[in-house]
Amino acid sequence: MVPLNWYIVLSTAVFTIGVIGFLMRRNVIIILMSIELMLNGVNINLIAFSHYLQDPRGQILTFFIITVAAAEAAIGLAIIIALFRNKATAHVDDIHEMQG
Amino acid sequence: MLQQLFFAYFAVTIIVFSILVITRRNPVHSVLWMLLLFFHIASLYLFLNAEFIAAIQIIVYAGAILVLYLFAILFLNIKEEVKVNRFVGAWPTGFTFGIALFIVFILSLRSFIAAPPGNYSIELIKAETHTKALAKVLYTDFLFPFEVASVILLVAIVGTIVLAKRRLKS
Repeated sequence: MVPLNWYIVLSTAVFTIGVIGFLMRRNVIIILMSIELMLNGVNINLIAFSHYLQDPRGQILTFFIITVAAAEAAIGLAIIIALFRNKATAHVDDIHEMQG
Repeated sequence: MLQQLFFAYFAVTIIVFSILVITRRNPVHSVLWMLLLFFHIASLYLFLNAEFIAAIQIIVYAGAILVLYLFAILFLNIKEEVKVNRFVGAWPTGFTFGIALFIVFILSLRSFIAAPPGNYSIELIKAETHTKALAKVLYTDFLFPFEVASVILLVAIVGTIVLAKRRLKS
């Protein structure tokens, strides 16, 4: 039997790698992929808790997180397409219209 | 012992693939590593007796979302992308913040107390299959969130078309 703590550490590591990628990369598409990494880290955590506490609600929540992730990817990539149309760049430090 | 070995394999590959996803220069390589990562996460779900979620993970994440990302990458100029700097100028701040966040999460793990187990044991899943057991909860206790999820998907459909369509000259 694998202890529950191992799963928590694994999901924390995936989440943290997502946070680091979000804060470090310049490319907007990789930043959105980092958000997907964070959501996956949370999903691993929820499924592990659902298994160890024998409660289906964790899996239901994962179901909704996957729905929201699909919606978020569609909207985010539409925003990126609108961005390419106006600025023709994918780098976050080239987008500084609202900087004072 | 065998279970620990399985878990160790999946944990190491998931962490290595995550690091590869956020460090590759070429975004196409990132997406392909992410595909492998999603398959490994789905295997981990199978390991945790969540077959339905594993199938959803492969169908929705690996099948739909990653294809969307590949479409968006078509807009990039990959030849130029692999030459320029990958990270923003303030990357040490973000890296330090991430490591600090990890340490805080791990330290908070020590005060974790597990709740008493619920009524969803392995025997119950075996008696009435995983999908049925999940659907019974989803369509009774979680019916309202389920309907809200359909509204979220509708917003995504309409919003994507509004954002991405070319403006008509009036």
